[in-house]
Amino acid sequence: MRGDTRRRLPWTFLLLAAAGCDGTQSALDPAGPAAASIHLLGLFMYGGAALVTLLVTALMLVPFLRRGEPRTVRTLFLWGGGVALPGLTLTALVPFTLGAGKEMRAETAPAHATVEVIGYQFWWEMSYQRPDGLSPASSANELRVPVGEPVELLLRTEDVIHSFWVPNLAGKTDMIPGRVNRMVIQADRPGLWRGQCAEYCGAQHALMAFDVIAVPRAEFDAWLAALARSVREPETPFLREGRDLYVALGCGACHAVRGLSEGRLGPDLTKVGARRTIGAGTLPGGVGNIAAWIASAQHLKPGNRMPSYDRLEGPQLRALAAWLESLR
Amino acid sequence: MIRGGGRRRLPRRLALAVACVGLAAGCDAFEPPPIESKVVQGGNPARGHAIVASGVHGCTACHALPGIRAPRGVVGPPLHGLARRGFIAGRLPNTPAVLVAFLANPPALVPETGMPDVGLTPEQARHVAAYLYTLERPPDAW
Repeated sequence: MRGDTRRRLPWTFLLLAAAGCDGTQSALDPAGPAAASIHLLGLFMYGGAALVTLLVTALMLVPFLRRGEPRTVRTLFLWGGGVALPGLTLTALVPFTLGAGKEMRAETAPAHATVEVIGYQFWWEMSYQRPDGLSPASSANELRVPVGEPVELLLRTEDVIHSFWVPNLAGKTDMIPGRVNRMVIQADRPGLWRGQCAEYCGAQHALMAFDVIAVPRAEFDAWLAALARSVREPETPFLREGRDLYVALGCGACHAVRGLSEGRLGPDLTKVGARRTIGAGTLPGGVGNIAAWIASAQHLKPGNRMPSYDRLEGPQLRALAAWLESLR
Repeated sequence: MIRGGGRRRLPRRLALAVACVGLAAGCDAFEPPPIESKVVQGGNPARGHAIVASGVHGCTACHALPGIRAPRGVVGPPLHGLARRGFIAGRLPNTPAVLVAFLANPPALVPETGMPDVGLTPEQARHVAAYLYTLERPPDAW
Protein backbone atom coordinates (compact mmCIF):
# COMPACT_ATOMS: atom_id res chain seq x y z
CA MET A 1 0.00 0.00 0.00
CA ARG A 2 2.71 2.47 1.04
CA GLY A 3 4.89 1.37 -1.86
CA ASP A 4 1.95 1.98 -4.20
CA THR A 5 1.54 5.53 -2.95
CA ARG A 6 5.24 6.18 -3.25
CA ARG A 7 5.31 4.84 -6.78
CA ARG A 8 2.30 6.91 -7.74
CA LEU A 9 3.67 10.13 -6.25
CA PRO A 10 6.12 11.11 -9.05
CA TRP A 11 3.41 10.55 -11.64
CA THR A 12 1.03 12.74 -9.70
CA PHE A 13 3.63 15.50 -9.64
CA LEU A 14 4.37 15.07 -13.33
CA LEU A 15 0.69 15.28 -14.18
CA LEU A 16 0.28 18.36 -12.01
CA ALA A 17 3.27 19.98 -13.69
CA ALA A 18 1.92 19.12 -17.13
CA ALA A 19 -1.49 20.53 -16.19
CA GLY A 20 0.22 23.88 -15.65
CA CYS A 21 1.33 23.87 -19.28
CA ASP A 22 -1.99 24.22 -21.03
CA GLY A 23 -3.88 27.42 -21.03
CA THR A 24 -5.10 30.19 -23.23
CA GLN A 25 -1.73 31.91 -23.15
CA SER A 26 0.97 29.25 -23.15
CA ALA A 27 3.72 28.45 -25.60
CA LEU A 28 3.69 24.93 -24.11
CA ASP A 29 0.23 24.23 -25.50
CA PRO A 30 0.65 24.91 -29.23
CA ALA A 31 -2.48 25.16 -31.38
CA GLY A 32 -0.88 25.91 -34.74
CA PRO A 33 2.05 24.76 -36.89
CA ALA A 34 4.33 27.72 -36.11
CA ALA A 35 3.88 27.36 -32.36
CA ALA A 36 4.27 23.57 -32.68
CA SER A 37 7.67 23.83 -34.38
CA ILE A 38 8.86 26.37 -31.82
CA HIS A 39 7.57 24.11 -29.05
CA LEU A 40 9.48 21.16 -30.53
CA LEU A 41 12.69 23.18 -30.51
CA GLY A 42 11.85 24.13 -26.95
CA LEU A 43 11.49 20.49 -25.92
CA PHE A 44 14.94 19.68 -27.34
CA MET A 45 16.39 22.67 -25.54
CA TYR A 46 14.80 21.73 -22.19
CA GLY A 47 16.00 18.13 -22.59
CA GLY A 48 19.47 19.22 -23.67
CA ALA A 49 19.76 21.73 -20.86
CA ALA A 50 18.71 19.05 -18.35
CA LEU A 51 21.36 16.64 -19.71
CA VAL A 52 24.08 19.32 -19.59
CA THR A 53 23.10 20.21 -16.01
CA LEU A 54 23.30 16.54 -14.99
CA LEU A 55 26.66 16.10 -16.74
CA VAL A 56 28.23 19.19 -15.17
CA THR A 57 26.89 18.26 -11.73
CA ALA A 58 28.34 14.76 -12.11
CA LEU A 59 31.72 16.15 -13.19
CA MET A 60 31.72 18.54 -10.27
CA LEU A 61 31.32 15.59 -7.92
CA VAL A 62 34.31 13.69 -9.40
CA PRO A 63 37.07 15.48 -7.40
CA PHE A 64 35.14 14.85 -4.19
CA LEU A 65 34.80 11.15 -4.85
CA ARG A 66 38.36 10.37 -5.95
CA ARG A 67 41.82 11.49 -4.95
CA GLY A 68 44.43 12.84 -7.35
CA GLU A 69 43.87 14.33 -10.78
CA PRO A 70 45.25 12.53 -13.87
CA ARG A 71 46.54 15.13 -16.35
CA THR A 72 45.17 13.38 -19.44
CA VAL A 73 41.65 13.65 -18.10
CA ARG A 74 42.17 17.36 -17.52
CA THR A 75 43.17 17.96 -21.14
CA LEU A 76 40.24 15.90 -22.33
CA PHE A 77 37.86 17.96 -20.20
CA LEU A 78 39.27 21.27 -21.39
CA TRP A 79 39.28 20.52 -25.10
CA GLY A 80 36.48 18.01 -25.20
CA GLY A 81 34.04 19.51 -22.74
CA GLY A 82 35.05 23.14 -23.18
CA VAL A 83 35.43 23.42 -26.94
CA ALA A 84 34.36 20.37 -28.92
CA LEU A 85 31.09 19.55 -27.12
CA PRO A 86 29.63 23.09 -27.04
CA GLY A 87 30.84 23.66 -30.60
CA LEU A 88 29.08 20.54 -31.84
CA THR A 89 25.82 21.11 -29.97
CA LEU A 90 25.56 24.79 -30.88
CA THR A 91 26.34 24.06 -34.55
CA ALA A 92 23.67 21.37 -34.60
CA LEU A 93 21.16 23.80 -33.04
CA VAL A 94 21.69 26.56 -35.62
CA PRO A 95 19.77 24.98 -38.54
CA PHE A 96 17.16 23.71 -36.10
CA THR A 97 16.68 27.24 -34.76
CA LEU A 98 16.56 28.78 -38.22
CA GLY A 99 13.88 26.28 -39.24
CA ALA A 100 11.70 26.74 -36.16
CA GLY A 101 8.72 28.97 -36.75
CA LYS A 102 9.27 29.12 -40.52
CA GLU A 103 5.50 28.62 -40.82
CA MET A 104 5.25 32.25 -39.70
CA ARG A 105 6.74 33.22 -43.07
CA ALA A 106 4.64 30.84 -45.18
CA GLU A 107 3.09 31.84 -48.46
CA THR A 108 -0.61 32.65 -48.48
CA ALA A 109 -3.10 32.71 -51.31
CA PRO A 110 -5.44 35.62 -52.05
CA ALA A 111 -8.33 33.43 -50.87
CA HIS A 112 -6.87 33.37 -47.37
CA ALA A 113 -7.80 36.02 -44.86
CA THR A 114 -5.53 39.05 -44.55
CA VAL A 115 -5.77 41.22 -41.47
CA GLU A 116 -3.94 44.43 -40.86
CA VAL A 117 -3.06 44.66 -37.17
CA ILE A 118 -2.25 48.18 -36.08
CA GLY A 119 -0.75 48.83 -32.67
CA TYR A 120 -1.60 52.03 -30.89
CA GLN A 121 -0.40 52.97 -27.49
CA PHE A 122 -3.13 51.44 -25.26
CA TRP A 123 -5.00 49.29 -27.83
CA TRP A 124 -4.97 47.19 -31.02
CA GLU A 125 -6.87 47.69 -34.23
CA MET A 126 -7.69 44.69 -36.41
CA SER A 127 -8.64 45.69 -39.91
CA TYR A 128 -9.93 42.82 -42.06
CA GLN A 129 -9.39 43.04 -45.80
CA ARG A 130 -12.46 41.98 -47.72
CA PRO A 131 -12.68 40.37 -51.15
CA ASP A 132 -14.05 41.99 -54.31
CA GLY A 133 -12.66 45.43 -53.60
CA LEU A 134 -14.90 46.03 -50.60
CA SER A 135 -13.54 48.43 -48.03
CA PRO A 136 -11.90 46.76 -45.01
CA ALA A 137 -13.88 46.26 -41.79
CA SER A 138 -12.35 47.15 -38.45
CA SER A 139 -12.58 45.72 -35.00
CA ALA A 140 -10.42 46.17 -31.92
CA ASN A 141 -8.56 44.08 -29.39
CA GLU A 142 -9.88 40.86 -30.85
CA LEU A 143 -8.60 38.87 -33.79
CA ARG A 144 -10.99 36.41 -35.37
CA VAL A 145 -9.53 33.82 -37.74
CA PRO A 146 -10.88 30.89 -39.74
CA VAL A 147 -9.73 27.50 -38.44
CA GLY A 148 -7.20 25.42 -40.31
CA GLU A 149 -5.93 27.94 -42.84
CA PRO A 150 -3.04 30.37 -42.84
CA VAL A 151 -4.00 33.95 -42.04
CA GLU A 152 -1.75 36.74 -43.21
CA LEU A 153 -1.16 39.49 -40.68
CA LEU A 154 0.30 42.83 -41.70
CA LEU A 155 1.67 44.30 -38.52
CA ARG A 156 2.38 47.99 -38.10
CA THR A 157 2.15 50.64 -35.44
CA GLU A 158 0.82 54.16 -35.36
CA ASP A 159 2.94 55.44 -32.50
CA VAL A 160 5.30 53.44 -30.27
CA ILE A 161 6.88 50.02 -30.67
CA HIS A 162 4.83 46.93 -29.82
CA SER A 163 5.24 43.22 -30.32
CA PHE A 164 2.43 40.94 -31.42
CA TRP A 165 2.49 37.67 -29.51
CA VAL A 166 0.00 34.83 -29.31
CA PRO A 167 2.09 32.11 -27.62
CA ASN A 168 -0.33 29.29 -28.52
CA LEU A 169 -0.18 30.14 -32.22
CA ALA A 170 3.20 31.65 -33.11
CA GLY A 171 6.29 33.48 -31.97
CA LYS A 172 6.61 37.21 -31.46
CA THR A 173 6.78 39.73 -34.25
CA ASP A 174 7.73 43.31 -33.52
CA MET A 175 5.65 46.24 -34.68
CA ILE A 176 7.99 49.05 -35.62
CA PRO A 177 7.06 52.61 -36.60
CA GLY A 178 7.43 53.10 -40.35
CA ARG A 179 7.52 49.39 -41.18
CA VAL A 180 5.00 46.73 -42.08
CA ASN A 181 5.99 43.30 -40.79
CA ARG A 182 4.31 40.33 -42.35
CA MET A 183 3.48 37.25 -40.31
CA VAL A 184 1.32 34.20 -40.90
CA ILE A 185 -0.59 32.46 -38.15
CA GLN A 186 -2.76 29.41 -38.29
CA ALA A 187 -5.04 27.84 -35.71
CA ASP A 188 -5.49 24.10 -36.16
CA ARG A 189 -8.51 23.84 -33.90
CA PRO A 190 -11.36 26.15 -32.94
CA GLY A 191 -10.66 27.96 -29.72
CA LEU A 192 -9.87 31.11 -27.86
CA TRP A 193 -6.37 32.25 -26.99
CA ARG A 194 -4.95 35.31 -25.38
CA GLY A 195 -2.34 37.46 -27.02
CA GLN A 196 -0.27 40.14 -25.43
CA CYS A 197 2.05 42.96 -26.31
CA ALA A 198 5.58 41.62 -25.83
CA GLU A 199 7.56 44.81 -26.27
CA TYR A 200 7.40 47.49 -23.62
CA CYS A 201 5.11 50.15 -25.03
CA GLY A 202 4.63 52.57 -22.16
CA ALA A 203 2.69 52.97 -18.93
CA GLN A 204 -0.04 50.48 -19.81
CA HIS A 205 2.05 47.76 -21.44
CA ALA A 206 0.67 45.28 -18.91
CA LEU A 207 -2.89 46.09 -19.99
CA MET A 208 -2.26 45.58 -23.69
CA ALA A 209 -3.85 42.23 -24.43
CA PHE A 210 -6.22 40.85 -27.03
CA ASP A 211 -8.17 37.71 -27.81
CA VAL A 212 -7.69 35.42 -30.77
CA ILE A 213 -10.80 33.45 -31.64
CA ALA A 214 -10.65 30.68 -34.23
CA VAL A 215 -13.98 29.71 -35.77
CA PRO A 216 -15.00 27.60 -38.82
CA ARG A 217 -14.70 29.39 -42.17
CA ALA A 218 -18.45 29.82 -42.70
CA GLU A 219 -18.86 31.38 -39.28
CA PHE A 220 -15.91 33.66 -39.96
CA ASP A 221 -17.38 34.85 -43.27
CA ALA A 222 -20.75 35.55 -41.67
CA TRP A 223 -19.10 37.39 -38.81
CA LEU A 224 -17.00 39.52 -41.15
CA ALA A 225 -20.03 40.42 -43.25
CA ALA A 226 -21.89 41.44 -40.09
CA LEU A 227 -18.89 43.48 -38.90
CA ALA A 228 -19.06 45.57 -42.06
CA ARG A 229 -22.78 46.32 -41.71
CA SER A 230 -24.17 49.44 -40.07
CA VAL A 231 -25.58 49.06 -36.58
CA ARG A 232 -29.29 48.56 -36.23
CA GLU A 233 -31.78 51.15 -34.98
CA PRO A 234 -32.10 50.80 -31.16
CA GLU A 235 -35.10 48.74 -30.17
CA THR A 236 -36.23 50.44 -26.96
CA PRO A 237 -36.51 54.11 -25.91
CA PHE A 238 -33.85 53.47 -23.27
CA LEU A 239 -31.36 52.17 -25.85
CA ARG A 240 -32.29 55.04 -28.15
CA GLU A 241 -31.42 57.45 -25.34
CA GLY A 242 -28.05 55.71 -25.09
CA ARG A 243 -27.44 56.06 -28.81
CA ASP A 244 -28.43 59.74 -28.71
CA LEU A 245 -26.05 60.31 -25.80
CA TYR A 246 -23.24 58.67 -27.77
CA VAL A 247 -23.83 61.23 -30.50
CA ALA A 248 -24.45 64.21 -28.18
CA LEU A 249 -21.41 63.59 -25.99
CA GLY A 250 -19.13 63.47 -29.01
CA CYS A 251 -17.99 59.87 -28.49
CA GLY A 252 -17.95 59.57 -32.26
CA ALA A 253 -15.07 62.03 -32.51
CA CYS A 254 -12.77 59.24 -31.35
CA HIS A 255 -14.76 56.06 -31.92
CA ALA A 256 -16.28 54.52 -35.00
CA VAL A 257 -19.70 52.87 -34.95
CA ARG A 258 -20.63 51.80 -38.45
CA GLY A 259 -23.49 53.97 -39.74
CA LEU A 260 -23.11 56.52 -36.96
CA SER A 261 -19.58 57.85 -36.56
CA GLU A 262 -16.16 57.42 -38.07
CA GLY A 263 -13.69 58.48 -35.36
CA ARG A 264 -10.32 56.76 -35.65
CA LEU A 265 -8.52 57.77 -32.45
CA GLY A 266 -10.01 55.01 -30.30
CA PRO A 267 -11.25 51.45 -30.84
CA ASP A 268 -14.03 50.72 -33.30
CA LEU A 269 -17.18 50.08 -31.23
CA THR A 270 -19.43 48.57 -33.93
CA LYS A 271 -19.45 45.23 -32.12
CA VAL A 272 -18.17 46.20 -28.70
CA GLY A 273 -21.00 44.33 -26.95
CA ALA A 274 -19.79 41.05 -28.43
CA ARG A 275 -16.22 41.46 -27.29
CA ARG A 276 -14.98 39.38 -24.39
CA THR A 277 -12.99 42.20 -22.88
CA ILE A 278 -12.85 45.99 -22.95
CA GLY A 279 -9.88 48.32 -22.66
CA ALA A 280 -7.54 45.85 -24.45
CA GLY A 281 -7.99 43.10 -21.89
CA THR A 282 -8.35 45.45 -18.92
CA LEU A 283 -11.82 44.25 -17.89
CA PRO A 284 -14.28 41.58 -18.98
CA GLY A 285 -17.12 42.86 -21.17
CA GLY A 286 -20.70 43.32 -20.00
CA VAL A 287 -22.83 46.30 -19.17
CA GLY A 288 -21.40 46.76 -15.66
CA ASN A 289 -17.81 46.92 -16.81
CA ILE A 290 -18.67 49.11 -19.81
CA ALA A 291 -20.42 51.59 -17.49
CA ALA A 292 -17.44 51.56 -15.14
CA TRP A 293 -15.08 52.14 -18.05
CA ILE A 294 -17.08 55.12 -19.35
CA ALA A 295 -17.24 56.69 -15.89
CA SER A 296 -13.65 55.99 -14.80
CA ALA A 297 -11.46 55.05 -17.76
CA GLN A 298 -8.61 57.07 -16.29
CA HIS A 299 -8.78 55.23 -13.00
CA LEU A 300 -9.02 51.79 -14.57
CA LYS A 301 -6.22 52.34 -17.10
CA PRO A 302 -4.39 55.51 -16.13
CA GLY A 303 -2.90 57.51 -18.97
CA ASN A 304 -4.98 56.04 -21.78
CA ARG A 305 -6.52 58.51 -24.20
CA MET A 306 -10.11 58.18 -23.02
CA PRO A 307 -11.28 60.70 -20.42
CA SER A 308 -13.40 59.55 -17.48
CA TYR A 309 -16.97 60.63 -18.25
CA ASP A 310 -17.81 61.23 -14.61
CA ARG A 311 -20.36 63.99 -15.13
CA LEU A 312 -23.23 61.93 -16.43
CA GLU A 313 -26.44 61.38 -14.51
CA GLY A 314 -26.98 57.82 -13.34
CA PRO A 315 -29.64 56.91 -15.90
CA GLN A 316 -27.58 58.49 -18.70
CA LEU A 317 -24.60 56.32 -17.82
CA ARG A 318 -26.83 53.25 -17.74
CA ALA A 319 -28.44 54.09 -21.07
CA LEU A 320 -25.12 54.69 -22.80
CA ALA A 321 -23.60 51.50 -21.39
CA ALA A 322 -26.71 49.48 -22.25
CA TRP A 323 -26.70 50.73 -25.85
CA LEU A 324 -22.99 49.95 -26.30
CA GLU A 325 -23.55 46.51 -24.81
CA SER A 326 -26.37 45.95 -27.29
CA LEU A 327 -23.96 46.41 -30.23
CA ARG A 328 -23.31 42.78 -31.08
CA MET B 1 11.55 21.90 49.65
CA ILE B 2 12.00 22.48 45.94
CA ARG B 3 8.55 21.10 45.17
CA GLY B 4 7.07 23.33 47.81
CA GLY B 5 8.71 26.39 46.26
CA GLY B 6 7.37 25.38 42.83
CA ARG B 7 3.88 25.15 44.18
CA ARG B 8 4.13 28.62 45.63
CA ARG B 9 5.43 30.10 42.40
CA LEU B 10 2.69 28.59 40.24
CA PRO B 11 -0.07 31.18 40.88
CA ARG B 12 2.40 33.95 40.22
CA ARG B 13 3.39 32.42 36.89
CA LEU B 14 -0.24 31.96 36.03
CA ALA B 15 -0.93 35.60 36.79
CA LEU B 16 2.02 36.63 34.62
CA ALA B 17 0.80 34.47 31.76
CA VAL B 18 -2.71 35.88 32.05
CA ALA B 19 -1.31 39.41 32.03
CA CYS B 20 0.78 38.65 28.93
CA VAL B 21 -2.18 37.20 27.10
CA GLY B 22 -4.22 40.21 28.11
CA LEU B 23 -1.55 42.56 26.78
CA ALA B 24 -1.22 40.65 23.52
CA ALA B 25 -4.98 40.73 23.06
CA GLY B 26 -4.79 44.51 23.30
CA CYS B 27 -2.51 44.54 20.26
CA ASP B 28 -5.21 43.35 17.85
CA ALA B 29 -6.98 45.96 15.82
CA PHE B 30 -10.53 46.47 16.92
CA GLU B 31 -12.63 43.89 15.09
CA PRO B 32 -16.32 44.50 15.46
CA PRO B 33 -18.36 41.32 15.85
CA PRO B 34 -20.39 40.24 12.80
CA ILE B 35 -23.86 41.62 12.74
CA GLU B 36 -26.31 38.84 13.41
CA SER B 37 -29.36 40.65 12.09
CA LYS B 38 -27.97 40.99 8.56
CA VAL B 39 -28.41 37.37 7.53
CA VAL B 40 -29.47 36.61 3.98
CA GLN B 41 -31.69 33.55 3.77
CA GLY B 42 -30.25 31.09 1.26
CA GLY B 43 -27.17 33.22 0.67
CA ASN B 44 -23.68 31.72 0.62
CA PRO B 45 -20.91 34.31 1.19
CA ALA B 46 -18.25 32.11 -0.45
CA ARG B 47 -20.29 31.79 -3.63
CA GLY B 48 -21.05 35.49 -3.49
CA HIS B 49 -17.35 36.24 -3.28
CA ALA B 50 -16.69 34.03 -6.31
CA ILE B 51 -19.37 35.87 -8.31
CA VAL B 52 -17.95 39.28 -7.40
CA ALA B 53 -14.27 38.31 -7.80
CA SER B 54 -14.85 36.83 -11.28
CA GLY B 55 -15.22 40.40 -12.53
CA VAL B 56 -17.71 39.48 -15.25
CA HIS B 57 -20.53 41.47 -13.64
CA GLY B 58 -18.33 44.50 -13.21
CA CYS B 59 -18.84 44.91 -9.43
CA THR B 60 -15.18 45.59 -8.71
CA ALA B 61 -14.77 48.01 -11.63
CA CYS B 62 -17.01 50.47 -9.72
CA HIS B 63 -16.63 49.44 -6.06
CA ALA B 64 -13.53 48.90 -3.93
CA LEU B 65 -13.85 45.75 -1.83
CA PRO B 66 -11.58 44.44 0.92
CA GLY B 67 -9.55 41.45 -0.25
CA ILE B 68 -9.92 42.23 -3.96
CA ARG B 69 -6.84 44.12 -5.12
CA ALA B 70 -7.82 45.16 -8.62
CA PRO B 71 -9.39 47.13 -10.13
CA ARG B 72 -10.63 48.90 -6.94
CA GLY B 73 -13.28 50.95 -8.69
CA VAL B 74 -14.03 54.52 -7.74
CA VAL B 75 -17.37 55.07 -9.49
CA GLY B 76 -19.51 53.82 -6.60
CA PRO B 77 -18.80 53.72 -2.86
CA PRO B 78 -16.43 51.19 -1.29
CA LEU B 79 -18.49 48.39 0.23
CA HIS B 80 -16.75 47.50 3.48
CA GLY B 81 -18.91 47.87 6.53
CA LEU B 82 -22.03 47.69 4.38
CA ALA B 83 -23.87 45.82 7.11
CA ARG B 84 -23.56 48.89 9.35
CA ARG B 85 -24.74 51.45 6.83
CA GLY B 86 -28.14 53.03 7.15
CA PHE B 87 -29.14 53.11 3.52
CA ILE B 88 -28.64 51.32 0.25
CA ALA B 89 -27.94 53.77 -2.60
CA GLY B 90 -28.66 56.55 -0.08
CA ARG B 91 -32.39 55.86 -0.23
CA LEU B 92 -33.49 52.35 0.62
CA PRO B 93 -33.56 50.76 4.08
CA ASN B 94 -30.58 48.46 4.48
CA THR B 95 -32.28 45.13 5.10
CA PRO B 96 -31.28 41.80 3.57
CA ALA B 97 -34.43 41.49 1.45
CA VAL B 98 -34.05 45.01 0.05
CA LEU B 99 -30.36 44.52 -0.70
CA VAL B 100 -31.08 41.29 -2.59
CA ALA B 101 -33.80 42.99 -4.64
CA PHE B 102 -31.55 46.00 -5.31
CA LEU B 103 -28.66 43.82 -6.51
CA ALA B 104 -30.94 41.88 -8.82
CA ASN B 105 -32.22 45.06 -10.50
CA PRO B 106 -30.98 48.39 -9.11
CA PRO B 107 -32.86 50.78 -11.42
CA ALA B 108 -36.17 49.09 -10.60
CA LEU B 109 -35.82 50.25 -6.99
CA VAL B 110 -33.85 53.47 -7.48
CA PRO B 111 -34.56 54.91 -10.94
CA GLU B 112 -31.93 57.65 -10.53
CA THR B 113 -29.09 55.22 -9.82
CA GLY B 114 -26.12 54.91 -12.10
CA MET B 115 -25.78 51.23 -11.19
CA PRO B 116 -26.97 49.10 -14.09
CA ASP B 117 -28.79 45.82 -13.89
CA VAL B 118 -25.73 43.61 -14.36
CA GLY B 119 -27.79 40.48 -14.86
CA LEU B 120 -27.54 38.78 -11.48
CA THR B 121 -30.17 36.08 -11.02
CA PRO B 122 -32.17 36.25 -7.75
CA GLU B 123 -30.08 33.35 -6.45
CA GLN B 124 -26.79 35.05 -7.37
CA ALA B 125 -28.07 38.28 -5.79
CA ARG B 126 -28.68 36.39 -2.51
CA HIS B 127 -25.13 35.03 -2.52
CA VAL B 128 -23.63 38.43 -3.31
CA ALA B 129 -25.71 40.12 -0.59
CA ALA B 130 -24.58 37.51 1.94
CA TYR B 131 -20.98 38.15 0.92
CA LEU B 132 -21.30 41.94 1.08
CA TYR B 133 -22.68 41.75 4.63
CA THR B 134 -19.50 39.96 5.76
CA LEU B 135 -17.21 42.80 4.70
CA GLU B 136 -15.82 44.70 7.63
CA ARG B 137 -12.27 46.00 7.27
CA PRO B 138 -11.47 48.70 4.68
CA PRO B 139 -9.91 47.67 1.34
CA ASP B 140 -6.14 47.21 1.61
CA ALA B 141 -3.87 50.02 0.54
CA TRP B 142 -1.85 49.34 -2.61
